[in-house]
Amino acid sequence: MPKKLISVKVNGRTHEEAVEPRTLLVHFLREKLNLTGAHIGCETSHCGACTVDIDGQSVKACTHLAVQCDGSEVMTVEGLASLSGKAGVLHAVQEGFYKEHGLQCGFCTPGMLMRAYRFLHENPSPSEDEIRHGMAGNLCRCTGYQNIVKAVQYAAAKLQQDQKVAA
Amino acid sequence: MNAPDNDALDRMAALQGMGDSRLRKEDARFIQGKGNYVDDMKLPGMLHMDIVRSPFAHARIKSIDKSEALKVPGVIAVLTADDLKPLKLHWMPTLAGDVAAVLADQKVHFQMQEVAVVIAEDRYAAADGVEAVIVDYEELPVVMDPYAALLPDAPVLREDLAGKTSGAHGPREHHNHIFTWDAGDKAAADAAFAAAPVVVKQHLHYPRVHPCPLETCGCVASFDPVRGELTTYITSQAPHVVRTVVSLLSGIPESKVRIVSPDIGGGFGNKVGIYPGYVCAIVSSIVLGKPVKWVEDRIENISSTAFARDYHMDGEIAATTDGKITGLRVNVVADHGAFDACADPTKFPAGLFHICSGSYDIPAAHASVKGVYTNKAPGGVSYRCSFRVTEAVYLVERMVDCLAQKLGMDKAEIRAKNFIRKEQFPYTSAFGFEYDSGDYQTALDKVLDACDYKALRAEQAATRADPDSPTLMGIGLVSFTEVVGAGPSKVCDILGVGMFDSCEIRVHPTGSAIARMGTISTGQAHATTYAQIIATELGIPSEIIQVEEGDTSTAPYGLGTYGSRSTPVAGAAIALAARKIHAKARKIAAHLLEVGENDLDWEIDRFSVKGDPARHKSMKDICWAAYNNVPAGLEMGLEAVHYYDPPNFTYPFGIYLCVVDIDRGTGETKVRRFYALDDCGTRINPMVIEGQIHGGLTEGYAVAMGQQMPFDAQGNLLGNTLMDYFLPTFVETPHWETDHTVTPSPHHPIGAKGVAESPHVGSIPTFTSAVVDAFAHLGVTHMTMPHSAYRVWQQLVASGVAL
Repeated sequence: MPKKLISVKVNGRTHEEAVEPRTLLVHFLREKLNLTGAHIGCETSHCGACTVDIDGQSVKACTHLAVQCDGSEVMTVEGLASLSGKAGVLHAVQEGFYKEHGLQCGFCTPGMLMRAYRFLHENPSPSEDEIRHGMAGNLCRCTGYQNIVKAVQYAAAKLQQDQKVAA
Repeated sequence: MNAPDNDALDRMAALQGMGDSRLRKEDARFIQGKGNYVDDMKLPGMLHMDIVRSPFAHARIKSIDKSEALKVPGVIAVLTADDLKPLKLHWMPTLAGDVAAVLADQKVHFQMQEVAVVIAEDRYAAADGVEAVIVDYEELPVVMDPYAALLPDAPVLREDLAGKTSGAHGPREHHNHIFTWDAGDKAAADAAFAAAPVVVKQHLHYPRVHPCPLETCGCVASFDPVRGELTTYITSQAPHVVRTVVSLLSGIPESKVRIVSPDIGGGFGNKVGIYPGYVCAIVSSIVLGKPVKWVEDRIENISSTAFARDYHMDGEIAATTDGKITGLRVNVVADHGAFDACADPTKFPAGLFHICSGSYDIPAAHASVKGVYTNKAPGGVSYRCSFRVTEAVYLVERMVDCLAQKLGMDKAEIRAKNFIRKEQFPYTSAFGFEYDSGDYQTALDKVLDACDYKALRAEQAATRADPDSPTLMGIGLVSFTEVVGAGPSKVCDILGVGMFDSCEIRVHPTGSAIARMGTISTGQAHATTYAQIIATELGIPSEIIQVEEGDTSTAPYGLGTYGSRSTPVAGAAIALAARKIHAKARKIAAHLLEVGENDLDWEIDRFSVKGDPARHKSMKDICWAAYNNVPAGLEMGLEAVHYYDPPNFTYPFGIYLCVVDIDRGTGETKVRRFYALDDCGTRINPMVIEGQIHGGLTEGYAVAMGQQMPFDAQGNLLGNTLMDYFLPTFVETPHWETDHTVTPSPHHPIGAKGVAESPHVGSIPTFTSAVVDAFAHLGVTHMTMPHSAYRVWQQLVASGVAL
């Protein structure tokens, strides 16, 4: 099948790659770029384990074509920690999931983190109900969600505090 | 001993041992996208496998044409049953003593059954190849109902078993019959029923559901033709058992087979069995001499890998007029699908279903389970429960509710009246289980107080009295007992291997340690909690204790993680391995301090001389000495291995209370409150326990309120994507309240009983109890799961209370 050349910035680094037009973004990330953080759980956009951030929006990479990302900026879970700008310092959502026991098997976690990251941009001080609705596109089979809600609350508080300190 | 001083408290806290809500050691890699799951594996030259599956539930294969598929760019090979036949691998033994087709041999027995595999250079080419394989089928009559399967003129499903009048579990009475298994004393139970003034009967269907972990099943098989060694990375909850089976099937010595379960994205029983995809990937790798990856998609996972439940139960309970239970009888028709591939201990084809006398002192009981073949996928695994315990608990809790309703008694009162009392433990049930410990009444009182049960009942009475109330209020109450930690090898084995588990601990000269285990975490935080047990036993900080499991080349043989057996069995192995090290450490300490072993006290992390605590040697000192200065006659080093064969099962229990409000207009059920009190004996990490309970409750909620695998009459599975198969989201999932009591197991080295499955087992009947309770005043005694809005709305209409 003829390939198409695309240029995608992933976690701050530009990649020029020839891909089959049918290549799914999640396979492009996992198999071409060896970024295996985004997982495949359902192939139908329901579980959200493949959630990444494209140009400031949460996108499920299992039903998105790599060619659709030509010229886009993509962020995956692997890029999250580097946002702090300091080596070894986790992003607030990562810290929240760790501190509040927001994960068990870890399979949904990268997608959860990427959705939480974007959601807290959309709504920096959400109520529990808003968190539950804002994160509803991501499924978890292990935690029962209660501690993930706490993790997002933890991250929201930390991000707000960081902002205050910066101001 | 004096009260611990501040120094002692500091030293104890530094260990982060048992009882500490220590944060998880596993998390660092998962939150940074550095987990290592099967589909993350990439080996040089790796090929990809995909599977051609049957669109029909029952059909004869007239021909398979591979020619077009082999022309697809990138396709390397196509294998069918005929290709596997010379290797005698077209059929394989199941864990239940039956055989299952690896690739369909002349006939398909269920929709989505594996018919052929395509191996290609990448996953897209493999999928293209699958599309190009042409299979000609001749449809056969389909049998989806297990009762219809047993009719005299029912179609013969398993032609390969023609003439076999007995199977692995005794005589077969019909061509679609697998086994009949009995437990308890039938004559005694019949006598109790004959004499009983009150008898209640209820038919209960526990629908077929699927464990549906978020990661599907898959493997990467890599055979090295030069060394003759096979390595397989696999989504398995029991890697050592897989190695044994692979060795038996392939003829490769077990020493040259390495099975690795890396990070596993949830199991819940779905990843215990050995699936055709694994076998085909391994065969393909052996034939082609290259690594072969197979990872199923979600539709394949739900359609063809192990389901759970599908029990049709007829329960009967006998009692006195004042509510003392005198007998229990149950007859089950169990739909096992096309092959008997349940994962149960060999001697128990219905698992531990005979725990169905529950938390109650029932003098006479009998259970009979009949296994039946149908045109559905094989399985029958324990979905987040010990073997068939969910079915058992559902049965007894529903029957007790039905009895209470018949007698006009309160749910709490009838339970209290029939509890096995604290002083009766150890208690031998009518089915022969020896319950280790329990205090059900204390737990019940605690829950009723915490939820102000009386006020709830008063509120419910007021709601019922108000004809304009937009909702019906229901209160569910369950007092469950589980049986977990399989199990004692005298009764429990899988393929003849006793169900022990194991631990090997090595303590290094500088005082850190590594423990290798026969189990494998699928999210239970073993690396965190196992280290805590060692920390407390040996006085080594859990932070510097590594836990490794899942690699058969390094870990000692163990039976794996399912049936809540990790803590009850492997947790005991850890404690006892640690105690062997502790005993040796004492000898070394005595030698270093120049006193007798009996002149030493152990305190937290050190041995000190009795009466002179200033003279002491810390575990760190002893670790160093173990490698250079040991008493004469003692071996150097500080290592131990323990294989733990449990003397008994453990019996965790709990009391769950649920309040629901049902919308009379829509049938939607809102869970207003769910209060879960669990007693799992000694608690190792309260944070992890609570997380496990939240997860189990949520899976229970899924089963009770929405999960089922619906089939049409042709055997088409109507719900095999996450569009149709219910996994609760953040929005539906209730808020959980947790509580606990602590009744240690007297026979377990640290008193722990296991916890992860209790909330699943206990919550499902609690939801049914609550939903039915909302209709109890209208004469409704039972409603079949799942309690989806449509079904509940149908009941509202039938009861004349729909708005």
